[in-house]
Amino acid sequence: MRIASLLLLVAACAPVHAGDIPLAERRSGYEFMGRETRAMQDDEATSPALFWLLDGETLWKRPDGASPTACVSCHGDARDSMKGVATRYPRVVGGKLVNLEQRINACRVERQKAAPFAYESKELLALSAYVARQSRGLPIAIEADAANQRYLDAGRARFEARQGQLNLACAQCHDDNWGKSLAGTPIPQAHPTGYPLYRLEWQSMGSLERRLRNCMIGVRAEPYAYGAPEMVELELYLMWRARGMKLETPAVRP
Amino acid sequence: MARVAVTLPSSAKRGEVIEIRTLAQHAMENGFRHTQTGELIARDIITKFSCSYNGVEIFRAELHPAIAANPLITFTTVAAESGTLEFRWTGDNGYVASYSAQITVA
Repeated sequence: MRIASLLLLVAACAPVHAGDIPLAERRSGYEFMGRETRAMQDDEATSPALFWLLDGETLWKRPDGASPTACVSCHGDARDSMKGVATRYPRVVGGKLVNLEQRINACRVERQKAAPFAYESKELLALSAYVARQSRGLPIAIEADAANQRYLDAGRARFEARQGQLNLACAQCHDDNWGKSLAGTPIPQAHPTGYPLYRLEWQSMGSLERRLRNCMIGVRAEPYAYGAPEMVELELYLMWRARGMKLETPAVRP
Repeated sequence: MARVAVTLPSSAKRGEVIEIRTLAQHAMENGFRHTQTGELIARDIITKFSCSYNGVEIFRAELHPAIAANPLITFTTVAAESGTLEFRWTGDNGYVASYSAQITVA
């Protein structure tokens, strides 16, 4: 009897999930997609994300704000200056963890003296997609360091914590049960390799935060607001978890 | 301005079958959805697409509400002679987009 209750206690204290996916076994969401969706992503000329890239290029060159300056006036040709930038976000800037979208908006407010773009607005998606596109094919370069360690730990804790009415942790699906099916669709490993991306379900481009909120609503948890520190910490952990994997922005996903 | 993207070869051999891929930026709002407050969102779609080759129509499509946003239309034609291909999309609320491309047939 005592042994049985002791065993129960041990089972209850066991960690939620089995452990991290070994680095060599990591697979992009691309590999879980069907042939047609892959073809859409591979052919940039017929990927619907093309329109956001073109809009982003226009915004990059358009003077805006009280100054008025354009991104191009300081940063020059994005193809050179923005190469590799998206592989290093979220990062700590001035003691605060910021993602790429927040970095773009900070630049707008501080340098251009312009109003920040709203989260998920066409403008912010276009500009962040255009910036991230310049890193397509480059490996994600997030490393744990003294500045980001506590955010990384917080992000991991959130990834492994049960949440919502379904009481599920991100890790239970994406670390422990990837490759299996959930209502007929394969469970991917949740590597944010292609954001912002064109999702067929959305019929539109969307950010990583939009996707994370989707999953939170799926497990019937209260989703964090766009730009919330908890959200950015989770983004940082996911990018670190996908370190070394190639950026596919703008990806296409079902 | 509505953005469109067309991909086709700039040159071809006479008699060769060429593939033309067209993409138009459009939300294709189907007219069956409601806002959070319950109001119907009006239909706003592309209704017609056509392609002419040196003034002769070679392809036409009618589009309907069940078609996804940013419709991709791919078709083939025979490269008969050098000239111009004109593409035209029209739709609800006065939507018009056009594109023209040159092809050299040798």
